This record gives sequence, C-alpha cells and structure tokens, in this order.
Amino acid sequence: MAMLDHADLREATIKGFARKRAIALAVPAVLLVYLGYIFVAFDVPGLAQRANMDNAVILLSDAVSHKIHVTQDNRSFETNVSVEGSRRAIYSDVQIPDWVAISDERVVVDLTNGHTVTYEGPVITYDLPGYGPIRVTVGEALALELPQAGPVPDFINASDSRVAVATPEGRLTVTRSRADTFRYFFGWELFFFDLNSQYSGMGTGAVMASVLGGERLYPDLPNWQSVVRDVWYNSVWRHGDVVWAIGETALMAFLGTFGAAAIALPLAFLAAQNFTPAQSIRFAVRRVFDFVRGVDALIFTIILSRAFGPGPMTGALAILITDTGGFGKLFSEALENTDQKQVEGVQSTGANALQRYRFGVIPQVMPVLLSQVLYFLESNTRSATIIGAIVGGGIGLMLTQAIQTTQDWEKVTYYMILIVLLVIAMDALSGWLRRKLIKGE
Amino acid sequence: MATVLPAEPRISDIRDDYLALTRRKRMYGGLLLLAFIVTFVAGFQIAEERNAGGFAEGISRIFDFPHDLISEAWRNAANMPGHATAAFPALIETVNIAMVSTILGCLLGTALALAGTRGLAYWPRLIPVARRTSDVFRAVPEIVIALVLIFIMGGGPVPAVIAIAIHTAGAQGKLFSEVNENVDLKPLDGLASVGATWWQRTWLGVFPQVLPNYLSYSLLRLEVNIRASAILGFVGAGGIGYELRNAMTFGQGKFDQAAAIFLMLFATIVIVDQISSWMRNSLTQGRAA
Repeated sequence: MAMLDHADLREATIKGFARKRAIALAVPAVLLVYLGYIFVAFDVPGLAQRANMDNAVILLSDAVSHKIHVTQDNRSFETNVSVEGSRRAIYSDVQIPDWVAISDERVVVDLTNGHTVTYEGPVITYDLPGYGPIRVTVGEALALELPQAGPVPDFINASDSRVAVATPEGRLTVTRSRADTFRYFFGWELFFFDLNSQYSGMGTGAVMASVLGGERLYPDLPNWQSVVRDVWYNSVWRHGDVVWAIGETALMAFLGTFGAAAIALPLAFLAAQNFTPAQSIRFAVRRVFDFVRGVDALIFTIILSRAFGPGPMTGALAILITDTGGFGKLFSEALENTDQKQVEGVQSTGANALQRYRFGVIPQVMPVLLSQVLYFLESNTRSATIIGAIVGGGIGLMLTQAIQTTQDWEKVTYYMILIVLLVIAMDALSGWLRRKLIKGE
Repeated sequence: MATVLPAEPRISDIRDDYLALTRRKRMYGGLLLLAFIVTFVAGFQIAEERNAGGFAEGISRIFDFPHDLISEAWRNAANMPGHATAAFPALIETVNIAMVSTILGCLLGTALALAGTRGLAYWPRLIPVARRTSDVFRAVPEIVIALVLIFIMGGGPVPAVIAIAIHTAGAQGKLFSEVNENVDLKPLDGLASVGATWWQRTWLGVFPQVLPNYLSYSLLRLEVNIRASAILGFVGAGGIGYELRNAMTFGQGKFDQAAAIFLMLFATIVIVDQISSWMRNSLTQGRAA
C-alpha cells in the first residue's frame, strides 16, 4: 500500500467523520418516521376510545379478590350463596356467612357501611345511606322506584329487563329471572378446600392438628390422605387438572425438543460438507431443513391437529417437526467445524464408518449440540404454552379458557404465575444440566 | 540410605486400569441413555393417551388435510391471486407488528442490559433489579400478555406489539448484557479522564464496540418475531394469523383462501430470513473496518 500523505489522511478522516455523523442522524430519523407511520396505521390514538378501562379495573381487582354472590331465583324465590356465582361452590345452610340473613319471608344482605339489600319475594330493595331505598319490583317488566325525584343517578343502570346498582360496597343486578348481589373479599377463596370438603373453613393450624392426630374426618381414609385428596380434587381450583396440564406442557417441550434432536443428528451428517461429499444429497437435505424451518410451527400445528386431534401429542409433534429443521442446520454447522485429525486417528486403528463417527466425531460435537438442545428446551416450554392453546392441551388451553370466560381473573392470575414458574424452572434445569454435563462440575 | 521407590507400574496394570475405567464410563453412559430412552417412551405414551387421536391412526391421515387444501386450491387456482391481494394488508400488518415490537423490544432490552451490567450501569445498586426484570420479561410467554391486553384494549395489533416487545426486551436484555460483559473498558477510562459524562462515555465508548453484535442479535430476533406475530394473530391479535384462522374455521370451501395465506406466510418467513441472514453476514464480515 502506498503511503498516504498527511493531507490525504486528514481529508479522509474528516470525510469518514462526516459520513458517520450522517448515519448517526439518519438512522434515528428513519426509525422515527417508521414509528410515526405505525402510530397512524395501528390507530394508536383511537385506542384510547376502544380501550375499556373498566375491564382493566375489574381485572386488577378480581385478580387478588373474590366475590360472594347472594342470588335469588325470581320464579321460585329460592336463594343461594355462592363463591363467584359458581354452581360448584354453593354454601350449605350451616356455612352461609353471617352478613347474609335468610329467613322465610326475607333475605337481608349486609354490604357494610349501612348498605343493605333485601329480597322480599318479588320486591328487591337496595338501601343506600344518604340516598334512600331503591326498590325494584319484578313483574312483566321491572318497575324501578327511586327515593328522590330527578334523573336516574349514574350508579344505577336501568332498563325494562335489567336494573343494576353499582357501589364500592357491592353490586346488585336484577333481571326478570333472578336477583343477584355480590360483595368483594380479599384473597383467593376455597383455594385448598372446596365447600364439600370436611376441611372447608378450617384454618391452617386446625388442618395441621387434625393431620397430626385429630379424629378421622372421613371414615375411609386417614386424615393426611384425605387432606391430599380434597386439595387434589378441589372442584373450584381443580388442582389435579392443573398439575396434569403443567405436566402436559412440560412433556410437549421435552418430547418435541429431544425427539427433534434425535431425528436431526443423523440427518445433519448428510448435510455436512465433510461427511457427505455428494453435493446433490447435501443440497436436498439442506433444502428439507430450510423448508421445515420456513413452514412455521403455526402451520404444522394446524395440519397436525387435523390429523391427530387435540392433545399434548399433537403439540409435541408440532414442536418436533419445526425444531428438526433448526437443529439440522445448527448440528450440520457444528459437524463442519469438527477436527478431522481425531477421525483419522480412529480410522488408523481400523475402525469402520460407524465407529469413526461414534469415537471420532460425537465426542467433539456433543458439548455444542447438548448446549443447543438445552437452550431450545427452555424456549420450547414457552412455545408449548402457545401451541397448547391452539391444539388444545396443557396449561395454555386452561389459560385461554379462563380468559375467555372473562370472569375467573384470579384463576388467570394463578395460571400466569404457574406458567412463569414453569419457564423459570425449566430454565434453571437446563442451566444445571448444561453445567453438569458439559463442564462436568 | 536406601530410598524405597514405588514399584514401577507395569504396562499390563495400566492397561487393565484403563479398560476398567472405560468399561465403567461406558456403563454409566449406557445407563444414562437407557434411562433417557425409557423416560422418552413413557412420556410419549402418556402424551398419546391424553391425546384425542392416537399416533398410528393419525399418521395415516397426516396428508389428508394438506391434500384437501391443495386440491381445492388447485381447482380454484384462478382465485388465488385475488385471495392473496385481499390478505395482503393483513400480511403487512403482521410484518409491521414484528418490526415495531422488535425495535421497541430491542431499545428496552438495550436499556435493561446497560442497567444490568457491572461497570457500565448508571446506578450500580439497581443491577440486580434490572437483571431480575429481564428474567421475568423473558419468562412470560407472549400469549399471556396478549390475551390479557386483548381483553382490555380489544383486538388489533397493539396488544400483540406490546406482548412481543416485552418478551423481546427480556430476551435481548440477557443477550445484550452478555455482549456488554466483553466490552473493553479502556476507551471508557480514556473518556472519563477527559471529563466525559456517563452519557458521553456510553455513547462514544460502549456503543461503537457493541453495536454490530446488538444489530446481529436484533435481526435474529426479527426472524423469531415474524413467527410469533403470525401465531398471536391466530389467537386473536389481528394480522395474517387472524385471517388464516377465519379461513380455517370456515373449513371446506375456503381452503383456497387458506392455501393462499399459507403460501404468503411461508414466502414472507423465507424472505425475512434471507434478508436478515444477508445483513448479518455483511455485519460480521464488515465493510471497510
């Protein structure tokens, strides 16, 4: 290279700086223009109107609390008290909480701060301190009587077929078929024992005491077994089903990842330049890998769930097929980077092809392959929740079902926590295995 | 004085020891492999048992659906360009979701990585906070955030963008902070010695070192996010995935539309992968250094 003289060098440097400065200004400008276009294209300003902040409030408050409903059937005038209005969680006569007073002629619900709701057959009254009694009479249409003249206040939402009164203390909804009052309580109710369990309503201490040496609560089982059984078959939180679902999701990730690795390894030899001299074979295998990687997991999931029906095996196969492409590419690159000397050494002892691969190649690539497989295992645990939601299996399905009811936000929260814990656990497991198997600690 | 030398190990002893060691190692390896195979087969049987359809009957039907799809698409081949044009805006939306969420996620990831690297962080005390934040962001699957946001905001691209961006920020936060660990601190010291502020040190000392790696990782993430955005569309977040689901749930009669969408999605993924790998190659090989 010819020596640059001083002035040339100086000029080139200044030009270089100018170019760099132009790039440093142009890149953010292009990004800003693009984001501006997106702002308009995605209608972000319109989002403020479409977003339903009431839903957000419901979601946040429901996530950490539960509602207890007092419901009257407006045809038979029978009343029941239940958690979240669920038919599986109706309080029996002795379990009814003390803020609900049920007698033959009336039901009085105490909503605290002086708010009370009274059901007297077809006449339903919400007594609001400082405003007066709001009375709804159920007939052919709903008749609403307000204590004060003037427009209907905005905490009352009334039509001929439905009247709703919403206050911070609670909420009353009357339709022709039923009257429903609910009150919020903090916490997740019936998390361990549902109302049918003998342990329902016991504190932690009482349950411990009965396990350690109390009287048998169920004649057929010792107490520690019946505690486990009642928690497992809890009809509200369905812990048994949740554990199975978590297991299915982890299983999908495990079967998919390792199955893909087992299929991709022999194929990768066919795609590696130093093991398959025939260019046509190499080309064909590589295009297969590319195709499988390009056809997305979504497409495989749809095709496979048509053939195999919903369930964890379908999800596992979808992960398996997609990852075969990814692993094939990564493995064949690792194989191309192997040192040929070790193979020649093994060959010099008279080893056949299989022995050469087993003792000359596998020990070289194993750490690389294993660490890639373990990385995939962790990321596939996340994919398995999404694929589970589409194929209908695992915790992903339970999550989408819980969200679609738009009621069970405490369950949604519970499942979200479980999913995050599952992913973190798989991450920790794969990290531990990597250290154990590869670094040999 | 006579020193007692240890007996010279004989060749045959060494060989015996070595063979015993090898046998033991091989036995452990074999047992491990056996245990793994047993787990795998048992796991597969459980999965098959809990599946609606079995493996054996499903495998024979695996090409039924593609066959229906392709034959209907073939019969109505004339409609395909029309379907493709109709679905094109949705495809653009999917690509835009992926790009925006990659940009936002990578920017947030850069911030998390800077805040979580020893020696570079502005507030060293918050390093563990930044790291745990990116761990949690990374652990939350996109679908969880997307579904909750769809409930609040209604369907559309914005919930998908936020969901993917959060996950991206977590993943990139980890990768970027690994890049940051390898930063040469000498330029930083030099800048500090002439009185540069934290911003100037980061902008002039750190970014020139890490930017090529950041860009390369971000391009890889774009490939991942294109797929994620298509999948999220399928669960209700707009874009091509949503169109695909509509065509699929209609079933027979709209398979030509589904086939057109399949083809477009496939082509898009391949094109994005190609562009990204070309850009990454030119990044690593570099123009004039």
